[in-house]
Amino acid sequence: MDTFINISSAVFLLIGCFLCISGGVGILRFPDFYSRMHAVGVTDTLATAMILIGLMLQSPDGLVVLKLIFILLMMLFIGPTASHALARSAMINDLKPKINKQADNERVTS
Amino acid sequence: MLMGLYNYWAVVVLMMIGFYIVIAHGNLIKKIVGLSIFQTSVFIFYISMAKVDGGTAPILADGIEQYSNPLPHVLILTAIVVGIATTAVGLALAVRIKEAYGSIEEEEIQKKDNLDC
Amino acid sequence: MTIAIAIVRMRDLLAVSMLLGIYGLLSASFFVAMDAVDVAFTEASVGAGISTLLMLVAITMTGRTEHPGRHKPGLALFVVLITGGLLIYGTLDMPYFGSADAPIHLHVAPHYINDSMQEIGVPNIVTSVLASYRAFDTFGEVVVIFTAGMGVLALLLVVRRPEDINKIDSLNDSMHKEYLILRIVVKMLIPFILLYAFYVQFHGDFGPGGGFQAGVIFAAAIILYAMLFGMSTARRVINQSVIQFFAAIGVLLYGSIGVVSLLNGKSFLDYSALSADPVAGQHLGILLIELGVGFTVASVMVIIFFNFEGRRDISQNKEINKS
Repeated sequence: MDTFINISSAVFLLIGCFLCISGGVGILRFPDFYSRMHAVGVTDTLATAMILIGLMLQSPDGLVVLKLIFILLMMLFIGPTASHALARSAMINDLKPKINKQADNERVTS
Repeated sequence: MLMGLYNYWAVVVLMMIGFYIVIAHGNLIKKIVGLSIFQTSVFIFYISMAKVDGGTAPILADGIEQYSNPLPHVLILTAIVVGIATTAVGLALAVRIKEAYGSIEEEEIQKKDNLDC
Repeated sequence: MTIAIAIVRMRDLLAVSMLLGIYGLLSASFFVAMDAVDVAFTEASVGAGISTLLMLVAITMTGRTEHPGRHKPGLALFVVLITGGLLIYGTLDMPYFGSADAPIHLHVAPHYINDSMQEIGVPNIVTSVLASYRAFDTFGEVVVIFTAGMGVLALLLVVRRPEDINKIDSLNDSMHKEYLILRIVVKMLIPFILLYAFYVQFHGDFGPGGGFQAGVIFAAAIILYAMLFGMSTARRVINQSVIQFFAAIGVLLYGSIGVVSLLNGKSFLDYSALSADPVAGQHLGILLIELGVGFTVASVMVIIFFNFEGRRDISQNKEINKS
């Protein structure tokens, strides 16, 4: 039972780390502000959730688990709202997404 | 012998970077940023001095033998909040200078001062 | 360190302030690794939160990019290298990282660690040292924060006429649809942030926390409200003169605790004079001065932000009226 909890919390923590790193790679490699924002917003929230669940499985007593559940709820609210705020302010200030016109034309004609 | 002191050297490098920003850049806001980097490096210096190998956070709990030294923690706690208060005053001064002189580059401000008097 | 070098090279000040926030967050995680949890808490909330915000507000008023051309970078580099070399030479005598018999661990600190439980009875040693053994330093710091708030008020205060309430309400409603998602989520979050600030304030005896962190978190909640709902609405909710009054009340509370101890026959800020049992007196004293500290820090942060924003409104309105 103990090793099962340890292994599952390790799996959650590793998935969380992998998601964080892939979000970071997304920032570097995506061509446009909006796609970068999308990559980071989604993966960051899910990565934090995974890491927090992994920590919850490791914690010694119930009060710590309760506090971690609160932090998880907060993150689920705050993460998407922050990405929404960023994307919205970019939209209002007329930052246009990069649309690959040539590929669209090819698809229409073929 | 040298590897035991590497934390001090990292702090000195950070301090010098902050110092360089203050001296070499003309923009007032950049100078304030450099001061802030300098301040944070001093905090890191104190806190790294406070750490004891094998100690834990200085909150009394059962079953813990060795605590890290709480005295530098107290000093740095006050220092952080005072630092941000003075940074706020510095930024307020920069805003007023911009309104009075029209620019926050050091050379243009000095030129205007020399022209006036 | 990489971030510091990146800050040197970049000329876009918006990116610089973001990097400064990341630098603050990295130092906060370094402090956690060094077992300094109270300090990490304060650095994370202050350095990565309020400091970035103030930089951004200042940048909106002063201009976003920096002019190129540093004056005499070669001479500056030379001075910096000489100073750095001298400092490193100075560190060769210092005790090794983490050694338990360094001089700073031998004199006063064991007394604090060993006797703090009997004399004061508070598990968090940092709070007991901050609020009781070194209460004079904390008093001086609270006064410094108050003075900084007064300084910002003196520099940036804009006297404004009371605005038309109907105009404010109509402006608020028209913006409501635009900011709908943000406003709803923030309305749900702000009570929890305020509750967390109170929790940190009163829980500072048992875990990391205390007056400073609580004050900053409280101010952050109010600033969040002001950012999303507009400055006029925020000024109606949080009256400027009440906030200034609270800042003064915090310092006054701290000082009067000291004077009460004097009147009861002991020295200034000696809490054992506050009640019959000295340990209970210590608890009461720590509670009240942390409250005073929280009041002052929260009010000063709110004052600073409101004055920056007020100045920005006036300067941008002036530009609109001129053009």
